[in-house]
Amino acid sequence: MSHIHPLHPETMPNEPEKATLEGKNKFLGLWFFLGGETVLFASLFGTFIALRNSTAGGPTSQEMFGLELVFIMTVLLLTSSLTSVYAMYHMKNHDFKKMQIWLGVTGLLGLGFLGLEIYEFSHYISDYGFTFRSSAFGSAFYTLVGFHGGHVTFGICWLITIMIRNAKRGLNLYNAPKFYTFSLYWHFIDVIWVFVFTVVYLMGKVA
Amino acid sequence: MSIAAAQKRSFSTVLWDYLTTVDHKKVAHLYLFGGGFFFLLGGIEALIIRIQLIKPMNDVVSAGLYNEMFTMHGTTMIFLAAMPLILALMNAAMPLQIGARDVAFPFLNALGVWLFIFGGILLNLSWFLGGAPDAGWTSYVPLATDSASHGVDFYVLGLQIAGAGTLMSGINFLATIVNMRAPGMTYMRMPLFTWTTFITSTLILFAFPALTIGLFLLMFDRMFGSAFFDAALGGNAIIWEHLFWIFGHPEVYILILPIFGVFSEVFATFSKKRLFGYTAMVFATMLIAFLGFMVWAHHMFTVGLGPMANSIFAVATMAIAVPTGIKIFNWLATMWGGSIKINSAMLWSLGFIPTFTIGGMTGVMLGSAVADYQYHDTYFVVAHFHYVIVGGTVFGIFAGLHYWWPKMFGRILNETLGQITFWVFFIGFHLTFFIQHFLGLMGMPRRYWVFLEGQELDLGNLISTIGAFLMGVGVIVFLYNVVVTAIKGEKAAADPWDGRTLEWSIPSPPPFYNFKQVPLVRGLDALWIEKTEGNRQMTPGEPLDDIHMPNGSIMPFLMSLGFFVAGIGFIYQTDHKLWFLALYGGMAFALGTMVVRSLKDDLGYYVKKEELEREAK
Ligand code: HEM
Ligand SMILES: [Cu+2]
Repeated sequence: MSHIHPLHPETMPNEPEKATLEGKNKFLGLWFFLGGETVLFASLFGTFIALRNSTAGGPTSQEMFGLELVFIMTVLLLTSSLTSVYAMYHMKNHDFKKMQIWLGVTGLLGLGFLGLEIYEFSHYISDYGFTFRSSAFGSAFYTLVGFHGGHVTFGICWLITIMIRNAKRGLNLYNAPKFYTFSLYWHFIDVIWVFVFTVVYLMGKVA
Repeated sequence: MSIAAAQKRSFSTVLWDYLTTVDHKKVAHLYLFGGGFFFLLGGIEALIIRIQLIKPMNDVVSAGLYNEMFTMHGTTMIFLAAMPLILALMNAAMPLQIGARDVAFPFLNALGVWLFIFGGILLNLSWFLGGAPDAGWTSYVPLATDSASHGVDFYVLGLQIAGAGTLMSGINFLATIVNMRAPGMTYMRMPLFTWTTFITSTLILFAFPALTIGLFLLMFDRMFGSAFFDAALGGNAIIWEHLFWIFGHPEVYILILPIFGVFSEVFATFSKKRLFGYTAMVFATMLIAFLGFMVWAHHMFTVGLGPMANSIFAVATMAIAVPTGIKIFNWLATMWGGSIKINSAMLWSLGFIPTFTIGGMTGVMLGSAVADYQYHDTYFVVAHFHYVIVGGTVFGIFAGLHYWWPKMFGRILNETLGQITFWVFFIGFHLTFFIQHFLGLMGMPRRYWVFLEGQELDLGNLISTIGAFLMGVGVIVFLYNVVVTAIKGEKAAADPWDGRTLEWSIPSPPPFYNFKQVPLVRGLDALWIEKTEGNRQMTPGEPLDDIHMPNGSIMPFLMSLGFFVAGIGFIYQTDHKLWFLALYGGMAFALGTMVVRSLKDDLGYYVKKEELEREAK
């Protein structure tokens, strides 16, 4: 089973994530999966846009949203994408330690984002009585943003599992695709957030 | 694991083998048994509907039960019968057609089939647990949100679980076709069934997530008090219709495109000619798939989207007739001047052409928005979609089964019984549905429990019910054929039909590793090329070497079981909080198996070169 022995810099292929057939499949499979996820989120965005003014007399987005908090959340998440790029950079340079460190930072930034999101939700609920059941807007808001948050949570769990599992064995052709596909997924979550930020928060505050 | 199989194996070994298999050929068997079982259920439901409508003012079933019958019939036939049977054919044939040893994600493949089976069981449990869904297979809100029993909840969770499995299969096939084709198998040398599998998988990938979201919204409204479809709180029922049909229209192409692939293989093989207009066929398939995404609102002409939207969707809808027509003519031209052999597979394919053409013509009629105000929700629509779904998909499944049965099971289906099946079913089919066009034009509404006396609807309905029973007889003959074949059927050679594509170059049924050496492909109809040049077998595309195989695993089964239990928890937590135990328990179990799966390396094993050489002697 040659490809589970740790790699040495000399034997390291250029793209370890795609050096085996399994790796190639994982890489491509994840891209397809993200294609499906795009439709998933597009459906949620469509629903949200249709319902965002259906507040049924309840609180509106203009009353509640504060852009400062959302801005900080955005910075956290965008930065985490950057740190995951660093991690992949170190993977290609065959520096397993540094890759793990940067992945760790990515996870922490993701956790920070999640913490703020939970704070944000609880703030809307306690200060405005704005819940999932308040209005169609409330349902659409929590569903869309919550789905994104759920993806972040799933990503963090994924990250923790692969980091722990591979902590002691260094980089090899078996786990390189796992790290790499995680990073792709993480970028995707980030891109979705940019849309959430624009469509939900900016448009919600301004319009 | 040794290659020397074929000893007598006990029932429990076989069972365990299927529960843990990740072999696409056995996954195909599972899809076939599962889909076949649900096809029978859906058929019984259809017969009950037809018995109720055999005469005016009948009262065999109550109005409520009637609603449950047609809802479950439609849902079962589409999601639990037609699609799984198609996935069975894809799993059985596609990897072999591209000369692959396996699919890209064998584990995911097994997970997909178990999710389908458990989702289907969940949906059908509703019969025994207080009532099946009764809002139609389209589950329109507010009918669905107001439905009082748990039926619609079973619909939501059953389809969510089964749908997740389908999405996985789609991704799996896409990656398989892109990455695992044998050397020389360029895209434009792929058999047409592989092409249609490829394009269908793309449709699955982009259509199913819309259903996923629709089901989530419906679930949230019914179980967690959200207000997506609740007009009092600003909700909007049309959102469901859009999400449903953004999925639902591509879905009918998911059902028909692979079948176009089946017919292309059958016509070429039994006409002994290469498929006429191969390139045109490929591009027509793509065009149909693309247009299929653009026309969902033709199901919503009467909603009141406005003349502008209606016109655009009407024109786009009718445009689909053009590439479909191209296909029909190419099939005819394939047979033109060929040396045609007529057997069961070919009969189903020949029967398909006029039948599907009628269905296509009524489709164009329905696509005309103004006329649809007249046809909408009448039996005309029922006639139309059965002409395409049964006359297309079901005919194609039968054609595909007769064609690939030898490859799947190593035995040839009895030919006489096969032809009887066809003729009985075919006649029954037209008796049932042709007359429904006229019932519809005379104003008989769809989804009505009874019709009145003295409206000249009696005779038509009687004939329709007789036809339905003939179809039932046809299916019974087929089942009998399967049993007879299993007991004393003729053993199939590797290439019983003098085939053209790679699956016929290896033994029937194939060894678990498919190809000992992956073949070298030199053109379209790779095997045929070798035959015409006098070679008795494919030239290998690689030296004989160890073969890497994945390990079997019980995990897919357990994961699906976990989701199944969680699904029941979701449904009943609205009655009693204790059901949250099932919900969280099932989820934890499913996620737990996922964690185990990712923490445990599954490196598979090797079939040694020496073993392969020994076997060859
Ligand atoms: C085998 C013989 C079949 C018979 C006799 C039959 C008969 C019927 C009848 C009587 C209805 C109800 C019409 C109404 O009152 O609205 C119906 C609905 C339907 N059938 Fe079939 N059917 C058959 C096969 C199939 C197959 C194979 C499929 C799909 C693969 C299918 C898909 C549907 C769908 C989607 C509906 C609509 C259900 C609804 O209204 O919600 N049928 N069928
Ligand atoms: Cu349609």
